[in-house]
Amino acid sequence: MKANYGYMDGSGEFFITIDTDLCIECSDRSCVDACPAALFEIIMDDYDDEVVAIKQEHRKKVKYDCGACKPVSDRPPLPCVEACKPGAITHSW
Amino acid sequence: MVTAGIDMGAKNIKVVILEDGVVKSRAMATTGFEPAASASKCLEQAAQESGIEITAIDHITSTGAGRKTAPNVNSDITDVGADAKGIVHLMDDVRTVIDVGAEEGRGIKIEADGKVIDFAVNEKCAAGAGAFAEAMSRALEVSLEEFGQISLKSDKTIPMNAQCAVFAESEVVSLVHAKTPKHDIAKAVHDAIASRIVSMVRRVGINEKIALVGGVSHNPGFLDALKRALETEVVVPENPDYIGALGAAIVAGERTK
Repeated sequence: MKANYGYMDGSGEFFITIDTDLCIECSDRSCVDACPAALFEIIMDDYDDEVVAIKQEHRKKVKYDCGACKPVSDRPPLPCVEACKPGAITHSW
Repeated sequence: MVTAGIDMGAKNIKVVILEDGVVKSRAMATTGFEPAASASKCLEQAAQESGIEITAIDHITSTGAGRKTAPNVNSDITDVGADAKGIVHLMDDVRTVIDVGAEEGRGIKIEADGKVIDFAVNEKCAAGAGAFAEAMSRALEVSLEEFGQISLKSDKTIPMNAQCAVFAESEVVSLVHAKTPKHDIAKAVHDAIASRIVSMVRRVGINEKIALVGGVSHNPGFLDALKRALETEVVVPENPDYIGALGAAIVAGERTK
């Protein structure tokens, strides 16, 4: 399942997509600690699978919460994407 | 086996009681300032209508934006999961659900068994939710029911350039001042909401058949705009406001087994 957390508004689409089929297989979950803004949490989804999700309080402001990792120039790889070994995390912007 | 689903929506709370998989009763109440108390009253009302004592309900599952605040429930499920279960129970050939509520829009791609494949939720943009249509109907001084109906009379396409509900309201006011007929403005508003919803749904991909659920599915103007934006047929199930509550009640049954 591709879970899209975020929103779209007048300035664009801001979604963090987590492919839970890839996430389930990961025992590491190092993305949770890698995010400097602590956006990620481990939850039990509707199908009793333990997966990573974006915390509710961050879902309406991911553009701003992720801002520090996305400077306009010299953009380094995102810590969450780097840390996610199965490649389950993508950002839409 | 008797189960109940409580959908704690942003504007309304919906309850469905099932007995052996058959709907015995439904009830709806305004969420208000005391969602837990409203949910209890709504459950009592549904129980009264079904003739079933609340104590005889084997399992209650909550869903919706306020699912964690629902009183005396045994479990909860996300609104996405509940919508998927509910729609497949009624229409087993639906593969994409579009749920537009008062303050949220959701696009959900599902499997034949009601399992979610992909989903996207927009909890932030009012311009893609029912509250916007309600506010615009007030600006045009027509009831929400009338607002939906009159837009069907329009054959004009007036683009609304504002991407935000607040600025879109300014555009509506400008159109009013320009003596634009109400039905043309109503159509422009519905087209704007549909365009935002479709853009979100395209994120998850669209598999036919498509169903529209949630309170906004009662609005014929929005349904028409959605069909035009998707360029395909969109079905609306019976009692579209109760799909989340129905799905929660079905999940309650699965969790009791």
